Amino acid sequence: MRKQDVPQDVGVFESESVVNYALDGEGRYCLTPTQGWMPVNEANRLAWEEIQQQLNLVRSQIAAGQLSSLAYYMSRALMDVSLLAQYSGFARWRVKRHLKPGPFSRLNAEQLAVYAWLFGVAPEALRQLPEEDVLPVSLEGESHV
Amino acid sequence: MSEWLAPNSFQHRQYAHCESGAVAGLLNHAGLPLSEALVFGLGGGLFFGYVPFVKLNGFPLMTYRCYPGGIFKRVTHSLRCPVVQKRYRHPQQAMAELDRLLEQGHVVGLQTSVFWLPYIPAALRFHFNAHNLLVIGKEGSRYRISDPVVSDLTWCEEEDLCRARFARGALAPKGRCYYLQGPPQVTDLRPALVHGMQVVCRDMLAPIPVGGIRGMRFMACAMEQWEQRYGVRKARYCLAQLIRMQEEIGTGGGGFRFIYAAFLQEAAVQLHCEKLEALSDRLTAIGDAWREFALSAARCCKGRDETVTYHSLGQQVLDCANQEDALFRELRETTRTLKHQLKGL
Repeated sequence: MRKQDVPQDVGVFESESVVNYALDGEGRYCLTPTQGWMPVNEANRLAWEEIQQQLNLVRSQIAAGQLSSLAYYMSRALMDVSLLAQYSGFARWRVKRHLKPGPFSRLNAEQLAVYAWLFGVAPEALRQLPEEDVLPVSLEGESHV
Repeated sequence: MSEWLAPNSFQHRQYAHCESGAVAGLLNHAGLPLSEALVFGLGGGLFFGYVPFVKLNGFPLMTYRCYPGGIFKRVTHSLRCPVVQKRYRHPQQAMAELDRLLEQGHVVGLQTSVFWLPYIPAALRFHFNAHNLLVIGKEGSRYRISDPVVSDLTWCEEEDLCRARFARGALAPKGRCYYLQGPPQVTDLRPALVHGMQVVCRDMLAPIPVGGIRGMRFMACAMEQWEQRYGVRKARYCLAQLIRMQEEIGTGGGGFRFIYAAFLQEAAVQLHCEKLEALSDRLTAIGDAWREFALSAARCCKGRDETVTYHSLGQQVLDCANQEDALFRELRETTRTLKHQLKGL
C-alpha cells in the first residue's frame, strides 16, 4: 500500500486516528495515520447490527414474560451466561435462574447490587428496561460500498 | 530509583499494534531504540490461524498473529532482557503493587480488556482481553496511560483500569503486569533478527492443519461452506469478524503483512541482505491482496455485489496462501544462509 492510497474513511475510530504501514515515495515503509477504512466500518456496523437484533429479540421475550430484565442488560453488555457468571461470581445455573422473571423479582438487595455495579446502573433501574437502546454506532446511515 | 531509567522522560508514540507497540515503548524507554516493526519481527509475531472448533463469541477463532504475550516473551528472551511478569489473585493487591512500581520509577505494561477502557472509541469496545498498554504515572485516582494504539497520552480512572485488568472470559488477563528489570544485554541484533525470521517460517510452514499456510488453505475451503453451515446471516457475521481481525485497530493494515514487510526492509539493511528487500516487496504485494480480499468480503457482507461469492472469496484466500507459501519457503532458505554467514564471522 502506498502512502497516498491509505484510506481516510471516517467511521468507527470517530475523531481518533490509528496508524497504518504504507510505502513512501522512495519505497520505504512509514507510519501513516488513517481515519478508518470502509470495510472495517462496514464489518463493525454489521457486528453492532447483530447486537441490535439480539436486543430486539430479548425485548420481545421480556414483554412476553419469558425472560427477566437482567437478560436485556446482559445482552447490552455483550455478555452471555458463562461470561456473566464469571463476572458476577454467581454459578452459571444461578445466573440462568436469574434470567427468569420469577426468581429475578425475588433477588435480594445484595445480589441485585452485584449486577447493578457490573452494568453501571442503579439497582432499582435493573428491574425496568431503558426506553431506547443506546448503541455506539448509528445503524440507519447506510454507507456505500 | 534504577539508574538506567530516566524518570518522567517517557516518550509516547503511536504504533499500529498494541503488543509490539508496548514492548517497543518499554525498550525505547530502557535505551534501546527499536521500531515497532523490528519488535514485531524479533518477536515472530506473524501467523495465521483458523480454528473452527474453538469459538470466540460464537465465531470460529481466526487470527493473523501469534498468541498474545508471545511477542513480549520472544523479544525479551532474544535480547536477553531481564523482565518481571506477574499475575494476581486480588485486584487490591495488583493495584497497590502497580502504585509501588510507579513510585520506583518503572514504566509498567499491563494486559487489559478493551471493553472497560473509557478512552477507546465506543464502537470498538468488545470483550477482547489481550490489549496491552503502558502505565507511566499516577495523579490522585487517575493513571497516566500510554496506549500504543492511541495518538496521545491519556488518563484512566483507577476503577476503570482495575476492571479492565481483571476482566473475565477467554484470555483473562488476571491483572497481568510486566516491566523491564534492566536494559537489554544484547548489542548485536543480527542473530536475534535471523532467529525471529526462523520462528515465523517455522510457524507459517508448520505441518498443522489449522495454522500457518495450511490454516489459510483450510479456511479457504471451509469458507465455501459457511453459508450452508451457519446460515446466510451468521455467515455474514463470520465474514465481518474476519475483516475485523484483519483490518480493525492494531494490525497496521493487511493483517500484519505490512508490518512484517516493514520488518524485512529494516532487517535487509541491518543484515546487508538484498534478498530480504525483494521478499519485503513481495510481502507488500501479498498485503495488498489481503486488502483486496477485505474489500470484496465487505461487498459480500453488504450483499450488493452478485459477482462476489463465498467461492470467489475462498479463491482469493487460496491465492494469498499460495503466494505466502512460496515466500516463506524462500525466506527459510535465506535465513539458513544468513545463519551460516553469521557463524562464519
